Amino acid sequence: MTTTESERPRTEPERPRTAPGQGLTWSLRGRGPEDVPVLADPGPPLGRPTGPATGRGVRVCVVDSGVERDHPLIGPLAGSWVVVKDAESGEITVEPTTTGDTCGHGTACAGIVRRTAPECEIHSVRVLGERFSGTGDVLMAGLRWAVEQGFDVVNLSLSTTRTRFAQELHSLADSAYFARTVIVASAHNTPVESFPWRFASVISVGSHQEDDPELHLYNPEPPVEFFGPGQNVTVPWLGGRTIRTTGNSFATPYVAGLCARVLSAHPRMTAFQLKNALYLSAANVRHTPRPSTAAGDIRDDSEN
Amino acid sequence: MTPRTDPAPSLSPTAAATVADAPRRELLQSVVDVARAIFGAEASSVFLLDEEADELVFQAVSGQGEEFLVGRRFPAGRGIAGWVATSGEPMVVDDLSSDTSFDRSLAESTAYVPNALMAAPLISESRILGVLEVLDPSPQARSGVRELDLLAMFARQAAAALRVVTPEPVREAEQRAAAGAGVLDGARREDALKLLGSLERLLRGVG
Repeated sequence: MTTTESERPRTEPERPRTAPGQGLTWSLRGRGPEDVPVLADPGPPLGRPTGPATGRGVRVCVVDSGVERDHPLIGPLAGSWVVVKDAESGEITVEPTTTGDTCGHGTACAGIVRRTAPECEIHSVRVLGERFSGTGDVLMAGLRWAVEQGFDVVNLSLSTTRTRFAQELHSLADSAYFARTVIVASAHNTPVESFPWRFASVISVGSHQEDDPELHLYNPEPPVEFFGPGQNVTVPWLGGRTIRTTGNSFATPYVAGLCARVLSAHPRMTAFQLKNALYLSAANVRHTPRPSTAAGDIRDDSEN
Repeated sequence: MTPRTDPAPSLSPTAAATVADAPRRELLQSVVDVARAIFGAEASSVFLLDEEADELVFQAVSGQGEEFLVGRRFPAGRGIAGWVATSGEPMVVDDLSSDTSFDRSLAESTAYVPNALMAAPLISESRILGVLEVLDPSPQARSGVRELDLLAMFARQAAAALRVVTPEPVREAEQRAAAGAGVLDGARREDALKLLGSLERLLRGVG
């Protein structure tokens, strides 16, 4: 199971390593700042990528119901996989597949990613449509696989209400965050507790009700952190066609596409920088001077 | 969706009990009738999940297909109902009739091609029992986030009611499965019987 190499640097010799066993896990001992240089990308000043930002070189993985092969609004996929659970042994494996999409939902998500970041590389992992696919462990396995492959962005317009997966998902989401794999996850459409969108290490997305297809908002009252266009969205569907649909599922790939665009212009950005870029560029976030402090110091934060 | 045309007798024990259970049947029919009325829809259906066969089974239909759809089944992971059943999320789609692949499969089963469809999961105590579908809701009653919320809320209420009227043998089997072991011990059995007694009194009072 190999995937193509990205133009985006994923490992840099000069970058500090924080994995256990690298000597930097709990504290910096016997080494100074000069031993841990970081080659950074400051990212776009106000969150919007500068120059051409089409998603080129960024690898996006759609974890869903599969993606229809060669849909005219999506084009060829860079990889197509399915998570399969054996009926007798319960063993779960990830295999290459040519089966496309079982219901249209994954095709819709991939189409929104493509529309937003036209030149990004799209991969699909199908976690729905096979027997046992509603059991949560198949979703878990598909997401874990995607994180292990080191995709830059993972679109997850799904969640599980099964609390027994919460801890494992939380740990996986944190691993992805530190490994620079950004998981963009849909909030549930109904007010129920589900995962992994609840976790701070993912970028969680719900739908706003505005007509602007390029509007995203920051939620000052998380856990859902961002809102994207998810009402009456025209999306690719089975049979090479399009439909209109509504839900958080469709706001999420818009934000995933935005992430791909920002990363294509600023490839060294970390997951927290990316989240900050989305925050700064959200239409409802205003950049005003900071109020005066006790010392009478007035600073203008508009450029920060 | 590629519904099969198996006759009703091939239903699983759970589904067979459903068919035999008049209050449950009446409840499900009421759910689809009310859903259809709320959304000014051409039709509405309830599918219940047969986990053993990994299939969704038409259990009640209001409007188009009412006479011949009940008892038909299709693979649980397919189509919009399949996505809703496995993801646990509601869904609204519009402009379906331009989708040839959708037309073909649905036309086989219902002889009716919707232009719009809303579907929400029937969830009770974190278990997905099935799917409530509304076909061709009136244009004013579809496609928005609010409508999606309304359908999901109604489906949730329907699932809660379904759980209450589920026949006792089925519920006991479900409880055993959930507990992962044999029958309830003395104290728990007593509590369970008390609970059932209270429910029965409550239902009689309401009824």
